Amino acid sequence: MSSLLNVNGISVSFDGFKAINDLSFEIAENELRAIIGPNGAGKSTFMDIVTGKTRPDMGDVVWGEKNVSLIKKSESDIARLGIGRKFQRPTVFEDQTVEDNLMMALRNDRAPFAVLFYKFSNDDKQKVVDLADSIGLSEDINRIAGELSHGQKQWLEIGMLLAQEPRLLLVDEPAAGMTKQERNKTVELLKKMAQNHAVVVVEHDMEFIRDLDCKVTVLHEGSVLAEGSLEQVIENQDVIDVYLGR
Amino acid sequence: MQDAVLTKFLLRHPSVLVFLGMLAVFTIAVTVLSEGFGMGIVSTSLVKTLGKTLCLALAAIAMDLVWGYCGILSLGHFAFFGLGGYMIGMWLMYARTELIVLKANAAAALPLTPQELSDAIGVQIFGVVGGSEFPAIWAFSDSFILQLLLVVLVPGILALVFGWLAFRSRVTGVYLSILTQAMTLALALYLFQNDSGLRGNNGLSGLQNLPGLEETSQADVSLWFFWGSAFALGFCYVIAKLIVESKLGNVIRAIRDDESRVRFLGYNVEGYKLFVFVITAIMAAIAGAIYYPQAGIINPAELAPIASIYLAVWVAIGGRGRLYGAVIGAIFVSLLSSFFTGGQIPNISLGFYTIQWVDWWLVLLGLSFVIATLYAPKGLGGLVDKFKKA
Ligand SMILES: Nc1ncnc2c1ncn2[C@@H]1O[C@H](COP(=O)(O)OP(=O)(O)OP(=O)(O)O)[C@@H](O)[C@H]1O
Ligand SMILES: [Mg+2]
Repeated sequence: MSSLLNVNGISVSFDGFKAINDLSFEIAENELRAIIGPNGAGKSTFMDIVTGKTRPDMGDVVWGEKNVSLIKKSESDIARLGIGRKFQRPTVFEDQTVEDNLMMALRNDRAPFAVLFYKFSNDDKQKVVDLADSIGLSEDINRIAGELSHGQKQWLEIGMLLAQEPRLLLVDEPAAGMTKQERNKTVELLKKMAQNHAVVVVEHDMEFIRDLDCKVTVLHEGSVLAEGSLEQVIENQDVIDVYLGR
Repeated sequence: MQDAVLTKFLLRHPSVLVFLGMLAVFTIAVTVLSEGFGMGIVSTSLVKTLGKTLCLALAAIAMDLVWGYCGILSLGHFAFFGLGGYMIGMWLMYARTELIVLKANAAAALPLTPQELSDAIGVQIFGVVGGSEFPAIWAFSDSFILQLLLVVLVPGILALVFGWLAFRSRVTGVYLSILTQAMTLALALYLFQNDSGLRGNNGLSGLQNLPGLEETSQADVSLWFFWGSAFALGFCYVIAKLIVESKLGNVIRAIRDDESRVRFLGYNVEGYKLFVFVITAIMAAIAGAIYYPQAGIINPAELAPIASIYLAVWVAIGGRGRLYGAVIGAIFVSLLSSFFTGGQIPNISLGFYTIQWVDWWLVLLGLSFVIATLYAPKGLGGLVDKFKKA
């Protein structure tokens, strides 16, 4: 399998502090990958760089078959190329209904005039209904997103991600603040997503990572400390020292 | 087909029908009671005040669209309003002066050459600022159609350039507000100069006199403009409603609430802000172009930064993000303002101090703005919600 995203030796520093240090990373089409690492390891910053929020000081991020470099592109261009992102803190549009949140995320023309004259077709309505179903929000489709529980907001955000039909999904701490039951459901959802998308999941919860049952990358101080199956990784002495042994 | 879409839209949003219905009833009532129609219960000057108020309401709708829906607190939209007034004022002044000059020379043996005509008009218009040459910006002032086009183009292009520069650099929040204030201040200061080509602090005057219609009484003219104001308000209200109820309305509200999230959904946020900024600048300009012929005069003081702040105050008091709230706010506050500052109520003498309403009105307005912001974020429009629920 050829790689879908190729991150080559990126570094970034904030006021002299190296948040990402010569980090390289690769993910293939339809691969599920977990990223773990202590607080401040640079996991979210890594996603910021891939999605265009932060510009790296060095290195390159290369996307797709055509090897497009992403580091000069805007957030919206990168999103339209097929990279979707779920934030650490759930961010949905709280003022609008679940349906509207999903409708905005649907993969359609994003140019202002096309959006102005957009008609919410039956096809699109059906897509929204199906999405709401897959994230367990069928009953809540007409509710204002702000009224949803924390877990439901997390799911809605995942649903919006799916609606974009991206090829790569970057999911930052999807299970934070979820009940055990909700977590299990989220694992299911992510695994299903990985059947036809590449998915990168950042998570602290080891139980959750174990259930995902995929290749794991350990970040520490902005670079990759270890990579492999969960079993291999947790036996790695470096990893034990910096992360698990604490 | 087009009709069907509109009918469906109106059925889905009965508030539009209510709004248009109320506007129509109001317009007819004022017309029937006006001097121009014969009843004379509503004076011509009141007709003008009401017509101007409708224009202010239209500017407030634009403000609500850009601020209430898209979250851009522009404190410069009155500059676009004023520019609209200037653009139409140029034609009004030129065309009327031309007629006067031609009439004065009608008895002369030889007709005026184009150059002589232009010079004579120039002296009439620019004498007050010690000039007689037509500045380049008056190049189209003899054409009603072109000058009408400029009503839309000049503010539209200014908004496009300003917005493009500001949004592209991702200036947001209070910094953007300050930038828009700077824009309107700079424009006003420029216009104050005698060599700005727009008669400095004299501004453009005599705008209530329509060229070629000297015989028509102001009672009639005031009614025409009143109707024009009502039509423009109704029309732009429907346009604004169509925008906010479309998917673009969803996107701009999303931008207001969390613009970076919208970027990660793949929307080019800057393009959307620019679209809304320009559209609303044009709406404000149209409102200004109908307002100033009713006011009769426009001068650079109209573009003072405070005017744009008032616009925001009206929208806040009327209630943001609901369009009709902006209309209520603009009508309520501006009528109240002319009531307090028009000398209708006597000043209150406390012996040691006299309450001058002209001054104290501003204090009252400031207080109600603070109260609305703190305790009634939904403004007067919030009352409508309570009424609806009951
Ligand atoms: N914009 C920024 N400005 C300054 N410092 C930053 C910025 N973004 C991140 N950092 C710093 O970079 C480091 C890495 O942060 P990051 O959020 O990527 O960590 P993380 O691995 O996601 O941690 P967590 O598990 O807590 O989410 C932290 O020390 C953080 O304080
Ligand atoms: Mg993080």
